[in-house]
Amino acid sequence: MDAVIENLPAILDAFWLTIKLTAISAVISLILGIVLVAMRVSPLPVLRAVGTAYVNGVRNSPLTLIMLFSGLGLGTVMSLKFSDDLSVQDFWLAIIALSLYHASFVCEALRSGINTVPMGQAEAARAIGLTFMQNLRLIILPQALRAVIAPLGSILIALTKNTTVAAAIGVGETALLMKNLFELEGDSVIPIFIGFAIGFLILTLPTGLFFGWLAKRLAVVR
Amino acid sequence: MQKHFGSLHVLRDINLNIDRGEVVVVIGPSGGGKSTLCRAINRLETIDEGRILFDGRPLPEEGRALARLRSDVGMVFQSFNLFAHKTIMENVTLGPIKVRGVAREDAEKRALELLDRVGIASQAQKYPAQLSGGQQQRAAIARALAMNPKMILFDEPTSALDPEMVQEVLDVMIELAQEGMTMMVVTHEMGFARRAANRVVFMADGQIVEENTPDEFFTNARTDRAKDFLSKILTH
Repeated sequence: MDAVIENLPAILDAFWLTIKLTAISAVISLILGIVLVAMRVSPLPVLRAVGTAYVNGVRNSPLTLIMLFSGLGLGTVMSLKFSDDLSVQDFWLAIIALSLYHASFVCEALRSGINTVPMGQAEAARAIGLTFMQNLRLIILPQALRAVIAPLGSILIALTKNTTVAAAIGVGETALLMKNLFELEGDSVIPIFIGFAIGFLILTLPTGLFFGWLAKRLAVVR
Repeated sequence: MQKHFGSLHVLRDINLNIDRGEVVVVIGPSGGGKSTLCRAINRLETIDEGRILFDGRPLPEEGRALARLRSDVGMVFQSFNLFAHKTIMENVTLGPIKVRGVAREDAEKRALELLDRVGIASQAQKYPAQLSGGQQQRAAIARALAMNPKMILFDEPTSALDPEMVQEVLDVMIELAQEGMTMMVVTHEMGFARRAANRVVFMADGQIVEENTPDEFFTNARTDRAKDFLSKILTH
């Protein structure tokens, strides 16, 4: 256990980066997921096609591939620049990859939520003169969102763990630090494993419990 | 006008005119096209041929113009369709605030008057699921009235209600009819038709079979199809 305790400051720093990656990507993928689902249910065939193509393309690609595309394709080849500081630059490229990837899952969760909202709700909204966007924003999405809190929690947990893929483009989060520690502290591989696993449990277990509680609290009674 | 659902011809050669202030009850066997006709008037159903004029103008096909038309045509559904995640007060004020641009304070004041009129002002802060069916339907009528509609469509408003709650909803509708609201009511409530309707339209197999005054229709229907229908519902 000494190897873990000695390196605790570095480990905590790495976990803090994991938390930042998770939180920022979660917000962006929620917003992007809402935009995507609006496209997928829109009355315009072009928007529907674009939304469907996005979800099918991105959801079925490996995250590592998207991460490397973001790091090498966007960052190096297309010279997308966030900062001259390399660690900040890689951090934001990782956020782009994580957000693009998880938005497709958020979109599909929301779409299944929309299917739980009875047709009559949308009809009543149309009948009082709400436009399509007002209908979606005020009536459909609020109810759909409440129906899929628990699945969204699962996506957040997956996102938390998937941030480790950012190691592939050199972001100094937990997975990268763990790999480095294995090299420095060769005799303590098992304690280091356990230490990091516990670290992730501390992040993800409460997430699951909180979303379970939230889902019950916000459920729409019909 | 004409409408098909696939190979089913649900509205055949429909030609109907409703005057301002008139109360028209549409009656007939289920599957006869009554609800479809009702829903076509605010374009919740589209029609294949023919045209519908409201206030002398053809129904807009889509977009903001259609939304504006719908805001002028109230609709009350069989299954109430109150917004489940909003309180009764929010249900009634949503349209005026978001569609008409009324200030929240004014919208709430008017909503309370309307809820008081339909007898459920004390339920304003509750959610739809906390109300009885009759109370929910009265809230839905208040929601329609809040838009100051030129006409209200009622699509079987009492069919989903427990028997003891039917009258409280009909009372509200009778009062509206007496105040001169233009109404089209799809219903099987003979009592309502007799007391409040100016005209009964009997529909079967997608056609308007008979148009008559309520008294004439119920006591002395002109067509065999209507007589047959009435004998089935009035004998028990």
